Amino acid sequence: MKSNLLLLHTITRIVSFIILSFSIFLFFAGHNNPGGGFIGGLMTASALLLLYVSFDIKTIKRVLPFNYAHIIAIGLLLAILTGLNSLLFGDPFLTQYFEYYDLPILGETELTTALPFDLGIYLVVVAVALLIILTIAEDDS
Amino acid sequence: MAIFVPFFYKWFRHIHTGWFVLVLPLLLFIYLLQFLPVGGSMETLELTVPWVPSLGINFTIYLDGLSLLFALLITGIGTLVVLYSIYYIANKKDEPLNNFYVYLLMFMGAMLGVVLSDNLIVIYVFWELTSLASSLLIAYWFHKEKSRYGAQKSMLITVTGGFAMLAGFSLLYVMADQTFSIRAIIDQADIIAQSPLFIPAMLLILLGAFTKSAQFPFHIWLPDAMEAPTPVSAYLHSATMVKAGIYLAARLTPVFAGAPEWFWLLTGFGLMTLIWGSISAVRQTDLKAILAFSTISQLGLIMSLLGIGSAAVHYDYAEVEMLYTTAILAAVFHLINHATFKGSLFMVVGIVDHETGTRDIRRLGGLMTIMPITFTISLIGVASMAGLPPFNGFLSKEMFFTGVVNATTLDIFNVQTFWYLLPVIAWVASVFTFVYCMIMFFRTFTGTYKPEKLEKKAHEAPMGMLISPIILASLVVIFGLFPNLLAYTIIEPTMQSILPNVLEEGERFYVNIYHWHGLNTELFMTAGVILFGMLVFLNLKRWQEAKFFLKERDPLNAVYDRGLDGLVTGSQRVTNLQMTGLLRDYFVFMMVFLVAMLGWTMIRYNAVVFDFVNVSEISPYLWIITFVLIAATISIPFIQHRITAIIAIGVIGFLLALLFVVFRAPDLALTQLLVETVLVVLLLLAFYHLPELRKAKFTAKFSLPNLIVSIGVGLVVTLTAFSAHAMNHEFGFDRISSYFVENSVPLAGGYNMVNVILVDFRGLDTLLEVLVLAIAALGVVTLIKHKMKGGEDV
Repeated sequence: MKSNLLLLHTITRIVSFIILSFSIFLFFAGHNNPGGGFIGGLMTASALLLLYVSFDIKTIKRVLPFNYAHIIAIGLLLAILTGLNSLLFGDPFLTQYFEYYDLPILGETELTTALPFDLGIYLVVVAVALLIILTIAEDDS
Repeated sequence: MAIFVPFFYKWFRHIHTGWFVLVLPLLLFIYLLQFLPVGGSMETLELTVPWVPSLGINFTIYLDGLSLLFALLITGIGTLVVLYSIYYIANKKDEPLNNFYVYLLMFMGAMLGVVLSDNLIVIYVFWELTSLASSLLIAYWFHKEKSRYGAQKSMLITVTGGFAMLAGFSLLYVMADQTFSIRAIIDQADIIAQSPLFIPAMLLILLGAFTKSAQFPFHIWLPDAMEAPTPVSAYLHSATMVKAGIYLAARLTPVFAGAPEWFWLLTGFGLMTLIWGSISAVRQTDLKAILAFSTISQLGLIMSLLGIGSAAVHYDYAEVEMLYTTAILAAVFHLINHATFKGSLFMVVGIVDHETGTRDIRRLGGLMTIMPITFTISLIGVASMAGLPPFNGFLSKEMFFTGVVNATTLDIFNVQTFWYLLPVIAWVASVFTFVYCMIMFFRTFTGTYKPEKLEKKAHEAPMGMLISPIILASLVVIFGLFPNLLAYTIIEPTMQSILPNVLEEGERFYVNIYHWHGLNTELFMTAGVILFGMLVFLNLKRWQEAKFFLKERDPLNAVYDRGLDGLVTGSQRVTNLQMTGLLRDYFVFMMVFLVAMLGWTMIRYNAVVFDFVNVSEISPYLWIITFVLIAATISIPFIQHRITAIIAIGVIGFLLALLFVVFRAPDLALTQLLVETVLVVLLLLAFYHLPELRKAKFTAKFSLPNLIVSIGVGLVVTLTAFSAHAMNHEFGFDRISSYFVENSVPLAGGYNMVNVILVDFRGLDTLLEVLVLAIAALGVVTLIKHKMKGGEDV
């Protein structure tokens, strides 16, 4: 089925980037405003899904050559490692640290270990959503 | 010892394994003999090995008169039976001899454990071991259907009794100040008799004793146990195992005797068993079945004598001399006699079976001249069983009558009301005993020899097979002629241990058994028995036409069989009713249970409270959202099309998200929105893939139970929520959220409280939830990508 979907493709190109940026915004905003790893992850997944829907699966697979199962593993590992990190300092599992730094470009910024933890969640959520939907979509039988 | 039997069997193939086994009971017998007191009062032996000391369970051996009597019987007859079995199961190649002797020795050890132990729990352990060994022995020829049936039946019945007995023992333990030791319990008999648990304990223990000793109506397993090899029948089902119940009753007489219930239970069931067994024995055509019912009836006799003898506790020794203690004396004496003559009779039957190939009295006859020795032995045994003068059966029967007649003069337990019953039943049962003895004897050995009906050419048995019954028969004669040999050595100490509290310090039972004590009632009763027995036997042809005689099986078997069937089909029916295999039904069960439990608890603690103190005002748009939500929910069951239903579910989801917005939960609202979208998409996907056949439009079927259950669940949950709210208001639990409000910025450095809780305060929950997601995704992948073809296994 090769039909002309120019309108869809063009809009997708723009919209998916907007959604992606919005999802990243949600992800980073999580600590102080509504948002966070879970919602950000779902948003990213929906942006990617939009790509999958408007183009076909094969194309996107070529563009985004990720194995989502690996991404799940990486995300989980990241979250667990963040938790283990606190053990090194003699604190209970999953103790989070934060500190305010003056970074060159961003100015005064709060860096927290909750961020990599959230990143782990984010990766897992993205990968889970995509993996489920793609697996079902690719199922021929 | 039993452990080594298979090695002997394997290593010394050419020698019959039984010879090795024979040594053990013989040595034990000789060892036990040295405890026999000669004249004086007997010394007791005690030996304790701790087993579970913290629970007061010790392996204590206590040897007194009663234990010694039983131990001698067990080892003595055990020796003879092993000797007999060596010749009986002579075919070394075909029979798994090692199994036989392992089971037999296991049984012997267990039985010795029962009689020698002083600890109730140890007795129970050995008791069940005898049941187990007995079942194994009954099913020795396990390829036979009837053997397995008999073994299962005996196992079920005796183990039922065993459990009851364990319960009774536990009650005794509670009553008697936490001790399992029988002697300690006997010392506290007075305290125990006051306890409210006294009667239940007695009933439970007696249930155990009655099932083991084949008392009415639990006797039905014994005739079916006759499928066992004959040495087993001779040993277990005449001389030893069935007397375990008798032993228990005798052993606990000092505890329970004196209670009218004990007297009536023992006497009543004993007499019932006596007459039932003797009447049933007359109907049998199989020699072993006759002997089985005869065993049952004789056991009933002993049991009833123990019951009558228990009355002795109420009198001083001077009064009861030769009155009620006679009953105990008769019980003990008959116990010995029965073991001797029944053992020899079983062996004789085994010989007849072995040499002719049948045990059916309709096919036997005229063996007197062919098997003269067997004939002589069985003459002695049968005459003793029937109670004819020169043999020991006569003496015990006389004493039995004495005991029964004396019992009529009892002035306790309302005996006066039924006084005539005891001797009449005893007398009638004796007549029947006489009749079946005559049948057994005359049908087998007299009449015409019928070689055409026999599978083998009948001939005399080998000498080795005859040794044991000859010894037993000569014991019958010796005990018959010189009964006082036994009296001083074994009966007196036995009586002492059965009735320890009757005697004053330093007194002894003086037992003297006379053949002739004048022309008294008992002698006339015996004469009557012989006379009537003859008459009945001579007219047996006429009697046999009555329907009663044609039925060979015991009518109580039908009760047992139907009960067992009923149990099986009943439980199947219950299971089928409950395990329908329909998820719907299980769901209904669960929900009904939930509603019942919650509802009951709330009513019980009077917890249904409505309290609207702390309720906030409801804004108009909340009314609208709620109304739409309810409308969407109610519409779902009435929607006829699946897609519509899915969309309705989506509507509910989005409305929920809206509610979250209203209640100021932006994170929840965002998540709800996204998740709901994904859910609807997935549902549509699943719907799309439904099989063609089921795509037909459906209507939710109306079912009243479902409606009731769902309304119940909703109601209960709502009530719980209301009550919880009210309770919260009433008791004013502190809220944890204030802590988060105060600390999310200083401790975690974040302003989004929800997110801070998720990743910081309760990060572990989040981590595991993410793990759940990951597992779900991998599960989906596995389900779809790694499908198995039909027939393939994991």
